[in-house]
Amino acid sequence: MSAADLADAPRRQSSLTRRVAMHVLLILLALGMLYPLLWMIVSSLRDNSAIFSDASLTLRNLSLDNYARGWDAQQNSFATYFGNSFLITGLAIVANIAACSLTAYAFARMTFRLKALFMAILLGTIMLPEHVTIVPQYVLFSELGWLNTFLPLTVPKFFATEAFFVFLIVQFMRGIPRDIDEAAALDGCGPFQTYSRIMLPLITPALATTAIFSFIWTWNDFFRPLIFLTDNSLFTVPLAVRLFADIGGTDWGALFAMSVLSLLPIFIFFVFGQRYLIRGIATTGLK
Amino acid sequence: MTTTTLEGQRLTAPSEPPRRRPAGRRAIAPYLFLTPWLIGLLAFVVGPMIVSLYLSMTDYNFLQDPTFIGFDNYVRMFTSDPRYLASVGVTAVYVLVSVPLQLAFALGLALLLDRAIAGIAIYRAVFYLPSLIGSSVAVAVLWRTVFGADGLVNSALGLLGIESSRSWVGNPDTALMTIIALNVWTFGSPMIIFLAGLRQIPRSYYEAAEVDGAGPIRRFLNITVPLLTPIVFFNLILQTIYAFQAFVPAYIVSNGSGGPADSTLFYTLYLYQQGFTSFQMGYASAMAWVLLVVIAIVTGLNFLLSKYWVFYGDGDR
Repeated sequence: MSAADLADAPRRQSSLTRRVAMHVLLILLALGMLYPLLWMIVSSLRDNSAIFSDASLTLRNLSLDNYARGWDAQQNSFATYFGNSFLITGLAIVANIAACSLTAYAFARMTFRLKALFMAILLGTIMLPEHVTIVPQYVLFSELGWLNTFLPLTVPKFFATEAFFVFLIVQFMRGIPRDIDEAAALDGCGPFQTYSRIMLPLITPALATTAIFSFIWTWNDFFRPLIFLTDNSLFTVPLAVRLFADIGGTDWGALFAMSVLSLLPIFIFFVFGQRYLIRGIATTGLK
Repeated sequence: MTTTTLEGQRLTAPSEPPRRRPAGRRAIAPYLFLTPWLIGLLAFVVGPMIVSLYLSMTDYNFLQDPTFIGFDNYVRMFTSDPRYLASVGVTAVYVLVSVPLQLAFALGLALLLDRAIAGIAIYRAVFYLPSLIGSSVAVAVLWRTVFGADGLVNSALGLLGIESSRSWVGNPDTALMTIIALNVWTFGSPMIIFLAGLRQIPRSYYEAAEVDGAGPIRRFLNITVPLLTPIVFFNLILQTIYAFQAFVPAYIVSNGSGGPADSTLFYTLYLYQQGFTSFQMGYASAMAWVLLVVIAIVTGLNFLLSKYWVFYGDGDR
C-alpha cells in the first residue's frame, strides 16, 4: 500500500459519510416539500372530523366517501367538468402541435426578408402579459357571439398564439442537420412535403414536449375560463374546484378529494412525460 | 444564405438555372407557412393591443360605447386611487422578496444535485413537481387551508412548542407572506435550468484549478459563480416576468377580494376586479399598459445592469 493510497483512504471514508448525509438532507427537503400534497391526499381519504385533528400521514380508517360526495356536490357532477377540461385540453394539444410546428418550420428552415423582424415579434409575444389583450379579446369574442362557449379558449391556439411552443420547436429544429432538407428538396419534395414527411417525424421529442406542456398549462388555466365562461355546465375543473371551495362550507374532505382528482391528470402526464418536460425547461426556460 | 465572396458566387451560379422556378415559389412559401401565425398575431395580439391602447384612454363599461377621456385613467391611477397604489405595493414586495428567495433555493438545490448521486432523477422530479402545479387552483386551495387557523402550519408550530391559533391567510401582516412561500415552493423550474447550466461547465476547468492548488471554495467562487451568471440572469428575467403576473394564488387565497385589508391585492387581481367585476374596462386597459411598460422597464434595467455582473467568458464581457 503506497503513501498515496493511505492518504486517500480517510478521504474515501468521509466521502461515504458525506454521501449518506447528502441523501438524508435531500430526503428531508423532498419530504418537507411534498408534505402538504401528501397531507391533502391522505386527508381526502379521511373522515372530516379527523382532518384537522391529525397532521400526521397515518393511513387509518380510510374511505372513498369524500370522493363520492364531492363528485356530485355541485350543480353538475364532476364528470361534466372533467369532460369540458379534457375537450379543451385535447383541442389545445392538436392546435399547438399543428400550428406551432408549421410556424417553427418557416422560422428555423426558410429564408425570407422579414425574418429578423418576425422573430423579434415572436419573442416579444412570449413576454407579453395576457392582460394587455384580454379586454379587447373579450369585446371581440362578445361581438362574435363566442362568450360562454369553448371557442375563446381553443380557436386562438390554432393560430399559434402560444408562441412559447414555436420558440421551443425552432430551438429543436436547429439541431437537425440541414442536409436532410436539402436532400429532400433534391428528391423533389416541396417545402410542405419536406415539413410534413421529413421534419415532423424528426421532431417528435419537441412535439411531445409541446403536447405535455399544452396539456398542463391548459388544464391549469384559470384566468381565461374565469373570464369567458359563466354557465356552470361549461365550467372547467379549476373553475369547479374554486366554486366548491367557496360554497362548499366545511366539507373539507370532499373539497380535498376533488382537488386531488383535479391534479391527477397532471401527475399522470408528469410521470410519463418527465423526461420531455425536463428537457423542455432546460432548453427554453418554460415553467 | 448567399455569400458575397467570389468563390461563393461561382459555386452557386451553375445550380441557379434549374432552381429558378422553385425559387419563385420559395419566395412565397415562407409566408404561406406563416399565414396562421400572422392571422393569429393580428387578430388576437396586435389588433387587441392597439384597441387596448385606445380603450385605456376612454371611459368604457362594455354596455355603452367608449368615451374618450385622454389620460384621465392614468392620472386617476396615481393620484386618486389608493387601492391601485396598494396593489402596486403588494406586487412590488412580492416580486422583490419571492424572486430572489426562489432563485436562492433553486441554485442551492441545483448545487446539491450537481454530482453523481444515486437517484438523482427522482430528486430532480420531486423538487420540480411543485413548479408544475404551483399555479393550480387545487394547490391554492390547499395553501389556504395549510395556512389557516387550524392548518398544518399551526400544528407544526405546536409540535415545536409554539402555540398559535392565528390564521396566517386571514391576517393582513402575514397573508402576502403565505403567497410568497407558495412561489418559493415552485423553485423547481429555475433549478432545472441551473442544473443544465452547471452541466455545461467543463470538468477540465475544475481539474486544472485543483492542480493549481485551488480549494473547493475558491473553485466555486472563481469558476462556478462567474460561469453561471448568464444562467442566473436568464432565470432572474423569466421569474421576474412571471412574478409580475401572479394571479391564481391571490384570487383563491382571498376569494377574489385581495383581502384581508387589500394585503393580497395583486396588480393582476385588481386589474381583473376593475375590468371584469366592475366593468371599468378603460381603466383596466390603462392598468394593463402600465404593467406592460413596467415589465419592459424592469427587464431593460436588468439587461443594463447585467453588464456589471454577468460574465460571458473570454473577453466577451
